[in-house]
Amino acid sequence: MTRIAPPPRGLPAWQEIPLGGIVAGPGNSHEYLTGSWRTRRPIHDPGKCTSCMICWLFCPDSAILVEEERVVGIDTGHCKGCGICARECPIEGAMVMAEGGSY
Amino acid sequence: MPRIVGLTGDGAAAEAMRQIDPDVVAAYPITPQTEIVERFAEFVAEGLVNTEFVAVESEHSALSACCGAAAAGARAITCTSSQGLALMHEILYIAAGNRLPMVLTNVNRTLSAPLNIHCDHSDSMGSRDSGWIQLYCENVQEVYDTVIQAVRIAEHPEVNLPVMLNLDGFVISHSMQPVELMDDAAVKEFVGPFRPVVDLLDFQNPIALGALVAPEFQFEHKYAQWRAMDSARGVIGEVGREFGEGTGRHYGLLDPYRLDDAAVVVVVMGSAAGTSRAVVDELRSSGVRAGLLRVRAFRPFPADEITAALEGREAVAVLDRAGTQGGEGGPLFTEVRAALYTRGVSLPVLGYIYGLGGRDVPPASLRRVFEHVRRAAATGKVDRAVNYLDLRGWK
Ligand code: SF4
Ligand code: SF4
Repeated sequence: MTRIAPPPRGLPAWQEIPLGGIVAGPGNSHEYLTGSWRTRRPIHDPGKCTSCMICWLFCPDSAILVEEERVVGIDTGHCKGCGICARECPIEGAMVMAEGGSY
Repeated sequence: MPRIVGLTGDGAAAEAMRQIDPDVVAAYPITPQTEIVERFAEFVAEGLVNTEFVAVESEHSALSACCGAAAAGARAITCTSSQGLALMHEILYIAAGNRLPMVLTNVNRTLSAPLNIHCDHSDSMGSRDSGWIQLYCENVQEVYDTVIQAVRIAEHPEVNLPVMLNLDGFVISHSMQPVELMDDAAVKEFVGPFRPVVDLLDFQNPIALGALVAPEFQFEHKYAQWRAMDSARGVIGEVGREFGEGTGRHYGLLDPYRLDDAAVVVVVMGSAAGTSRAVVDELRSSGVRAGLLRVRAFRPFPADEITAALEGREAVAVLDRAGTQGGEGGPLFTEVRAALYTRGVSLPVLGYIYGLGGRDVPPASLRRVFEHVRRAAATGKVDRAVNYLDLRGWK
């Protein structure tokens, strides 16, 4: 089983935190791992997948990994297991939700 | 040239707001604060200010609009009373926690029920732990002066917290008193431009504000807020001194009166301090070493300063215009007593709850309080810690 990364060690002291709880700088949500929220996981079958990109378009967490215009897997650090990708996938068995097991 | 005019407490707050000319005012009228909103709306209608006046549908929206404005780098001011402040309660914490400086003039009025539009401090005392700086004014002049100072205190880079200034409903808000006004230009210069620290419209430095915070961070954020409140202790004095240099009217955390050699002392906040001064003078002329300690800043609580002011006295009474239901005495009393005892200063401290729902506090009542303090001084004992001034049927 793949372990979801624990919160980083050495959290900042109160003086080191930005004023008023602001999140400084854009585009940093990838630093916040949400994979541990998942109870069910999407299983991608590259043999059946046509790379139509529908799952990529619908995934609310941008967790569908794409390389050279082909879907190659799931970003398990961020996938919350919502099941939208499997629901929207038009190809039987290309993306299915499973419980338990490991990647 | 400063000029002297006759103004009510509400009128003085509105006049100070006109001179500050804030970017945004969002407020909802409620007795006894209504005159501030009315007057300021007139200033807007007459084009005397550049302020964006947001006529909201509730106090919850008024403070929300101020939070949005402050987060966008605007100088925001609001005002309210009683139920209005209660309706703002949720947003009070958001303004303070997001470190948004702004000014709120609260015209003290009791909280319902029973329904009553008159003065006590139950409204602002309900917000004492919300993270707002709280200042209590004694008269109309101080209201005018404090609105102007509050802008500087709130926006000070070491503070960055909202400021609530309090004035007693009707007693100050509707009393006409002579007020010395500063020139418009002098006010402008004193408050200076707003340089926001949290600024959502600074596109060079994009930020997200109000995001979810995990348990690993909440505590540290709250502690940073507490430290800012601690810094405010010095800043209130600093701003009050600078204000005094320009106007001759100096302000600080406390306002002692004939305290130097005083043996019996009354500690009080708000307009009752005025009557207390007269009673102190009267007692002094009959040879009683009476003194007054008016607490101007309740948040941050000046525990060290109060202890220094009261150390060596024979006995003290602390007057609260609010109770703590189920607690031992009023909020000022419990904190003054805790401050003294934790610093090893042991003297008889009496607690008095007075003036609820606008009950008048005449000199005769304060004379009775001083008599009680003198008894405590003579015996060295507190016969009863929690007392109720002029309460029928209470013995
Ligand atoms: S929706 Fe299905 S077929 Fe289309 S890319 Fe995703 S997994 Fe492949
Ligand atoms: S389960 Fe949800 S979060 Fe995970 S990859 Fe599929 S759509 Fe994205």
